[in-house]
Amino acid sequence: MEIIKTENLTFDYIRRDEDGNVEGITTAVDDVSLKVKPGEFIAILGHNGSGKSTLAKHINAILFPTEGTVFVDGMNTRDDEKIWEIRSTAGMVFQNPDNQIIGQVVEEDVGFGPENMGVPTKEIWERVEESLKAVGMYEFRKKSPNRLSGGQKQRVSIAGVLAMHPKCIVLDEPTAMLDPIGRREVIRAVTALNDVEKITVILITHNMDETIGANRIIVMDKGKIAMEGTPREIFSRVEELKALRLDVPQVTNCAHELRKRGLKIPEGILTDKELVEALKHVNFG
Amino acid sequence: MSILVNHLTYKYNPGTPMESVALNDVSFEIGDGEFIGLIGHTGSGKSTLVQHLNGILKPTEGSVYYNGRDVFDGDYDLKELRSHVGLVFQYPEHQLFESDVFKDVCFGPLNLGLSKKEAELRAYKALKLVGIEDDFFYQSPFDLSGGQKRRVAIAGVLAMEPDVLVLDEPTAGLDPRGRDDLLDSLKTVQAETGCTVVLVSHSMEDVARYADRILVMNNGTIVYDDKPVSVFRHYDKLKEMGLGVPEITGAMYRLRAAGFNVSTDVITVDDAVNEIMAAMGHA
Repeated sequence: MEIIKTENLTFDYIRRDEDGNVEGITTAVDDVSLKVKPGEFIAILGHNGSGKSTLAKHINAILFPTEGTVFVDGMNTRDDEKIWEIRSTAGMVFQNPDNQIIGQVVEEDVGFGPENMGVPTKEIWERVEESLKAVGMYEFRKKSPNRLSGGQKQRVSIAGVLAMHPKCIVLDEPTAMLDPIGRREVIRAVTALNDVEKITVILITHNMDETIGANRIIVMDKGKIAMEGTPREIFSRVEELKALRLDVPQVTNCAHELRKRGLKIPEGILTDKELVEALKHVNFG
Repeated sequence: MSILVNHLTYKYNPGTPMESVALNDVSFEIGDGEFIGLIGHTGSGKSTLVQHLNGILKPTEGSVYYNGRDVFDGDYDLKELRSHVGLVFQYPEHQLFESDVFKDVCFGPLNLGLSKKEAELRAYKALKLVGIEDDFFYQSPFDLSGGQKRRVAIAGVLAMEPDVLVLDEPTAGLDPRGRDDLLDSLKTVQAETGCTVVLVSHSMEDVARYADRILVMNNGTIVYDDKPVSVFRHYDKLKEMGLGVPEITGAMYRLRAAGFNVSTDVITVDDAVNEIMAAMGHA
């Protein structure tokens, strides 16, 4: 069974004037049918306003479909009785770590979620410990979150979600505010959760290089799924991506330009290692 | 010479057990019309530094001069300084508040004491510079997309026609095209108005493409102050500081290590393509 399934999901934002009359309707998600298998690592790309975040908020039952249905681990998000179970099955991490951290001490912040769910005290402490260890923040457990760097705070936010024992984590641009090392730390932590803990990951990002490790990339445009495939398949379509206001990793772009200038190297080169190999082949072949 | 920072030290909570040194004896000069990239990891002191440039923070020690005058001298009018040095904070769109786009952009110049007509003229010019079309002028700023809101907020600062424009991570959260459009329009503003731009960024790729000069901060001090190509020669040191080099520069190092005769003084994709073509005998 799929961990996430959307069937013909459509969501309209309705704007109203002061008297409550409808002024306009914006269809943010338009007839999207998506299936995510347990343990998959999915990256969602798309320009600002393409519907990525609106789609993501349906997985966590923050928003509900105008039309269509969303299932999380078999539960319909429309089912009021399941809403807390859905939110602990699919946890969500947002862009700004400062808006997500509430505790005065790191371990207290991470324990908030399970405490709120009514988990027994002893088990809360076990969960806090394992979650902080999973994101490499255990040694900071007694610190004040205010004293942490952006990347560290964001890893604490992820630990807070982990402590609720989700099967799936949705991350909405978790690295947008971070410096290069903070970005690396967060992506490494997320990749490890997927590899080791087998947690399903849905990562929304504007940093193309963060998506190379995904099993599948979904590109959204005007509320619809515009492209879908492995990173190599997606990043082989450089011109299409640019038309959708997106980009490719710099190395991929470089290889694409070299091809245009006549070098016989394949499309969809994702890493500098692959570029070296491809160029060696040109040299001696 | 427009800005001179002289032995600037700033301590948060001085004289208390919570004292922490955010800036430690920082000195540099920014000339008219320069495009400066300011990089450094979170907590390195970048934001503390830029808040001194328009007088929001007052140095614990040292001084800041604007056009030769000490801005923290008792009789210096800080309000006037702020009309010369415009600061765009992180997520400036959170500060939009007016009922329509045009009014929001007029707020700054009106606040400077300009006439309504002059303010509107400036607002119009500023919105054009950042690429906002007339269709959006009378819409609520809250109905715009994230990238458009960001540009409206920046127009609000541009409309005050500052001589120095300081932007703290203006592209965070924008899609790749939105990022390129915004940075391109900053370059246009700099070219057309001759203003100085200070761009605080976490993207090595962006500062490599746009800045004429890069300042690198680490633990409250400036460790490098040089042309982008020269700064990015410090590959290992930058990594130790939690930064790095543009992705493409990293690839050139790897090619060179694998025996290709390419220069590692490459910081943009265009230069990399030319360099590789030459090395492959296709110059």
